[in-house]
Amino acid sequence: MRRNGRLKFKAQDTPGPGAAAESLHAITSDGRVPRPSLPHEVRPPATFGTERLGGRTSSAWERVQLARHPQRPYTLDYVQLMFSEFVELHGDRLFGDDAAIVGGLATLHARTVMLIGHQKGRDTRDNLLRRFGMARPEGYRKALRLMRHAEKFGMPVITLIDIPGADPSLVAEERGQAFAIAENLLAMSRLRVPIVSAIIGEGGSGGALALGVADRVLMLENAIYSVASPEAAASILWKDGARGPEAAEAMRITADDLLAFGVVDAIVPEPAGGAHTDHAAAAQKLQDALVSQLSQLDRLPPDELVEQRTRRYRAIGVFEA
Amino acid sequence: MRNLFRKAPPYITVPGRARPGPAAESNGSDSLWVRCENERCRELLYGREFENNLKVCHKCEHHARLPGRERVSQLVDEGTFAEHDARLAPADPLGFAAEGASYRSKLSEATSKAHEREAAIAGSATIDRLPIELVVLDFAFMGASMGSVVGEKVARAADRAADRSTALVTVNASGGARMQEGIFSLMQMAKTVTALARLGAAGVPHVSILVDPTLGGVTASYAGVGDLIIAEQGALVGFAGPRVIEQITKQKLPPDAQRADFLLEHGMVDLVVHRRDLRATLSKLLRLYAGVRRLSEVCAETAG
Repeated sequence: MRRNGRLKFKAQDTPGPGAAAESLHAITSDGRVPRPSLPHEVRPPATFGTERLGGRTSSAWERVQLARHPQRPYTLDYVQLMFSEFVELHGDRLFGDDAAIVGGLATLHARTVMLIGHQKGRDTRDNLLRRFGMARPEGYRKALRLMRHAEKFGMPVITLIDIPGADPSLVAEERGQAFAIAENLLAMSRLRVPIVSAIIGEGGSGGALALGVADRVLMLENAIYSVASPEAAASILWKDGARGPEAAEAMRITADDLLAFGVVDAIVPEPAGGAHTDHAAAAQKLQDALVSQLSQLDRLPPDELVEQRTRRYRAIGVFEA
Repeated sequence: MRNLFRKAPPYITVPGRARPGPAAESNGSDSLWVRCENERCRELLYGREFENNLKVCHKCEHHARLPGRERVSQLVDEGTFAEHDARLAPADPLGFAAEGASYRSKLSEATSKAHEREAAIAGSATIDRLPIELVVLDFAFMGASMGSVVGEKVARAADRAADRSTALVTVNASGGARMQEGIFSLMQMAKTVTALARLGAAGVPHVSILVDPTLGGVTASYAGVGDLIIAEQGALVGFAGPRVIEQITKQKLPPDAQRADFLLEHGMVDLVVHRRDLRATLSKLLRLYAGVRRLSEVCAETAG
């Protein structure tokens, strides 16, 4: 077995912020991506609300707590703060309307965009409806319908990602959860309008990616993005869901890590203490980032857009050849 | 239940065109008798007959899991499989180390268990002389979870299929994402589908075969967007697996939930096929798609 063969790491081709591109070249010979060293302002905040987390918890786990903070702004909070107008559109035209994904026409800086995002509930009653943002197949299909609609009318698509993980239920399986997610990935990889995604809270598993194949991926400073929630990963890896904090650390799920990996293009700073401390300030930063990314993408003809998006995803992966 | 009144045949016939794997031919160290893995059957099967029956129990029709190489030899014309990208090997992008289970140690365990460098085997071959690009996942290698190597091999196979205008056939069995590769594993879903989108734009078909079990990120990416999706008889297919669903919803699932017939009933797959008919079915389908091409050529000629 050749284990120490030449390592091949393909960096993304699309122009992204320099930080990501630079650190991609700094892969060590044993195939590991080094931990990023970051400017002071994007270091994890030491406080969670007003109380310090226990000393034994990792910084990654602190981020998990911040990403799940019950007062953290959700998609519809950002909608209210960022867009001058918004008309929510409902239903997948096939089965139903999933309240765990919302979408509609929005006005951003005097232009019409299609906004789609996972929506968590603020209280128990709301969450009966929205299942903590854990979308069902009809939600993904609604998103797909709205993306096609956006393509037809030449509107850029903005997606806000905030899902703990896909819905583990038999009804979701009966309605083809896996197939619905897969269809979204396929459609998004070919959509002929710009797509900008932002992970605003939890980016958990295929349910996150189903809204996350984009030209530019932004991530809020305290958001997390992972192949499975830390608890689910721990239960798969060690048959022990209680080892979530350990999994959170090992899986490298923070914004800093993902920027270093080239999976996200930029980190959106949050107000000191976290987005929950000042919704308006958080929304302002996100809005600025979205506008700046969209104005870059606007200049690209659709063929070029699709070509760059294809190259972006085709290039992600680390292996020895 | 269906087989309750049916008498088991007194002997096993070697089915038409599908060939048993190399294990049946060599038949050296294999044990003489095997027990059917199906909990409700547990029939004692004569090893050689079981091999000749493509590792399908002749009593309950339970399809045992196959090593990837054996699957390849069951499906393609003898001696036509030319492997590609065999040298791709996993790296450890996260430096994944956790108590007692580093990724590196898991990988060497998997390598000695499956005798493969990774979970995907990719190559070119023919089925009844029709050329295909083939990718087979080997469940014995870390549950055929999808990491960077699996993703890259699938994407490259799709690229080759697009460039050569030959159909892509994927035989999928997977536990889902490769946790030890973290976000890189998730990104392989986007990567493989992106490559398939290009294949689709080139008008080349992808036949996705889902065998027992296909779950998580593999079903929810390239395997879930086959132009044709075939489930092997009895295969468990889904996103969340039944154990996870039962654990979280505290609901006991019916035994046939998420099995091939359940998928057919809910409109998720085109066909459910017995292992013995898989090769012939593929051959027939490939010929039909080749027919489309010829007809379009004919039309172009008459128009010209």
